Amino acid sequence: MLDLLKLRKRHGRPVIKDLRRAEVKAPFRGFPLLREGACPDGCDQCLRACPTGALSIRPLRLDLGACLFCGDCETACPAGMVRSTPAHRLGASKRETLRIGPGETAASFAAKAIGSRREIRRLFGRSLKLRQVSAAGCNGCEMELGACGNVNFDMGRFGVDFVASPRHADGLVLTGPISRNMSPALKDAYRSLGTPRVVVAAGACAIHGGLFAESVDLDRSFLAETPIDLFVPGCPPHPLTFIRAVLDFLGR
Amino acid sequence: MATSAAFKNLQPVPVTEIPRLSPAEFRRAMVEDAEAGRRIVLFFGDREPAGVTLTAVLADDDRSRLFAASTCVGSEARYPAITPDVPAFHLFEREVYEEFGLEPVGHPWLKPVRRGIAGINPAEAPTAFFRMEGDEVHEVGVGPIHAGVIEPGHFRFSCQGEDVHHLEIQLGFQHRGVENLFLRRRDHPAFLLRLAESIAGDSVIGHAGAFAGATEALGRILPARRALMIRVIAQELERIGIHLGDLAALAGDVAYLTGQSVYGALRTKIINTTLALCGSRFGRGLIAVGGVRFDVTPEGRAAVRSVLEEVEEGARLASAVLFGSGSVLARFEKAGIVYPETARQIGLVGPAARASGLARDVRSDHPYGGYAYFPVHKMTLTSGDVFARAYIRSVEIAQSIRLVREQIDLLPEGDLLHPPGPPAAGHLVVSLAEGWRGEIAHAAVTDDEGRLKRYKIKDPSFHNWFGLAMAVRKNGISDFPICNKSFNLSYCGFDL
Repeated sequence: MLDLLKLRKRHGRPVIKDLRRAEVKAPFRGFPLLREGACPDGCDQCLRACPTGALSIRPLRLDLGACLFCGDCETACPAGMVRSTPAHRLGASKRETLRIGPGETAASFAAKAIGSRREIRRLFGRSLKLRQVSAAGCNGCEMELGACGNVNFDMGRFGVDFVASPRHADGLVLTGPISRNMSPALKDAYRSLGTPRVVVAAGACAIHGGLFAESVDLDRSFLAETPIDLFVPGCPPHPLTFIRAVLDFLGR
Repeated sequence: MATSAAFKNLQPVPVTEIPRLSPAEFRRAMVEDAEAGRRIVLFFGDREPAGVTLTAVLADDDRSRLFAASTCVGSEARYPAITPDVPAFHLFEREVYEEFGLEPVGHPWLKPVRRGIAGINPAEAPTAFFRMEGDEVHEVGVGPIHAGVIEPGHFRFSCQGEDVHHLEIQLGFQHRGVENLFLRRRDHPAFLLRLAESIAGDSVIGHAGAFAGATEALGRILPARRALMIRVIAQELERIGIHLGDLAALAGDVAYLTGQSVYGALRTKIINTTLALCGSRFGRGLIAVGGVRFDVTPEGRAAVRSVLEEVEEGARLASAVLFGSGSVLARFEKAGIVYPETARQIGLVGPAARASGLARDVRSDHPYGGYAYFPVHKMTLTSGDVFARAYIRSVEIAQSIRLVREQIDLLPEGDLLHPPGPPAAGHLVVSLAEGWRGEIAHAAVTDDEGRLKRYKIKDPSFHNWFGLAMAVRKNGISDFPICNKSFNLSYCGFDL
């Protein structure tokens, strides 16, 4: 009993009090800054270093949806055209918004990336129950989404929770590149949701296919059939990235 | 003539030195080796002009030796099954059957591993589940989508009343074609390293380390000791973090919320320390082929030390409370027993094996990288129940904390990166690592030009899923969640 009391005292209150002000510290690789100006002549080091083809040059563009935030391009570039920052607000409501160019800053991106619709605010602003479906996710995204509800991040305080049944859920959170073998179950889960419903794609695999984009064992037809309301980049997305994106989406 | 080639972990062997036996000789050699105490590590096929070459890698853990033998199965497409005499071959033979259509004649439960799942794919014939007959037998089917934020798989229980008589675990839902991608993108090493990090996202250091080790061995280099020790520190932090998370989950599953909260908060401290070292809570981006990408600075060392001190005391107290609680022990003890003899027969690895009395730990049995420079004491328990699999985690947390503390103080000076030379042509290298779940094995085979022609991956889960099926027999079905969490196996690592 004494040990239990000691343990409880030691544990304290590990919750992050103000999630909106919380920051992730360097060397966390979050929003990348692209420098204005021309790449050195004939150089394609970053293209060769990038594992997912997230970059294009002349003009320099980066697709945050495909980016693993591995930093390989930053290491490879002889001219310092890409620089990682620890800014963690990476979510966007439109796929195109994730394609960034030089001059975009973490603040300018975050200010415009997520639009909050009135209907969403009205229906789900105070309670959003989500069913997560891992469709060939490697357990990286799954662990970080699981962490959103732990004693540190406590996403439940905003009325946002993961629930067991799609019948109890207002939305679906997809992770993984969608293997052929998970495609039917994913579609079943989506059809089991009530309407209106929201769909969140979390992580590079779900958004773009990531490292597995070229695999013949995927069936990504779900994405062609389903409108996606929120994209949360990362490999995996940090819990603060996910929670902040959902809160912005709910207008909170 | 020897029936196998002997070598060590990370020692490349010319493919021509691996004896090629007839299928009957091969089978005899496997059975004799198993009787002599050798353990199966890998068994994989490779398509060649003359047929399919099957290669088996066995381990003699006491003598730190690996053995490889091969056979070629031609157009007859059948060979005598080894499973009836060596049950640990069970899934490996099914995998070969699925990939190459070779029938192991006499296999007791021959069906594909990742295909033919519940009629999902019209091109694949659905395979039946094991069926028990009897008036009072009923089946419970769970999955592929489970209740929590976890990966998918299907569990089919055959029950009588509340008791589980048999559990068949059907995986394959996560199959992404990882091994195939290793070959298709073999000329893009940066891609392969990131792919290795994503074989199982909870074992980033384990799998990326195994891949880097194999590539370095083929390129005939050994990274500087400083880099190897930084990998050791990252691997042990990975182990501590996951073990803490597993104890949190186990406590949560028996409704012991103090344990769930406390262990969960301690885990956060550990994975945030990994983030402070390399920018990712799971160690992504830390390992490079030839070394590591991030150094441990003096400030980093001080931060790690202070977090470890805090976590050590917190975990000690939390374990004293958890394992001192009668209500917790009433659920953990005698639940989900895997007896040592069963564990040996099916080839369990990692903490699950050590909880069933098998002293297996790649760090000391087949030392590699930084683990070659200091001893890791193997610790075992014998009861093989949920309690043992939980308790061994708490013991290993304390051990890993001590290891990191010692090694971080002794970090030698040295370079972080050594680029490897061109890979040896026509070689096989086996890279074993002790991930937090147990033995990770990668095998790389190069062609005459030194390019990858086969890349085989084995996550420890490939051995241990069958252990879970054994554990739940004769248990109430309501104990399934704690049995499952006490193993915490990988779906994607198995499905590849």
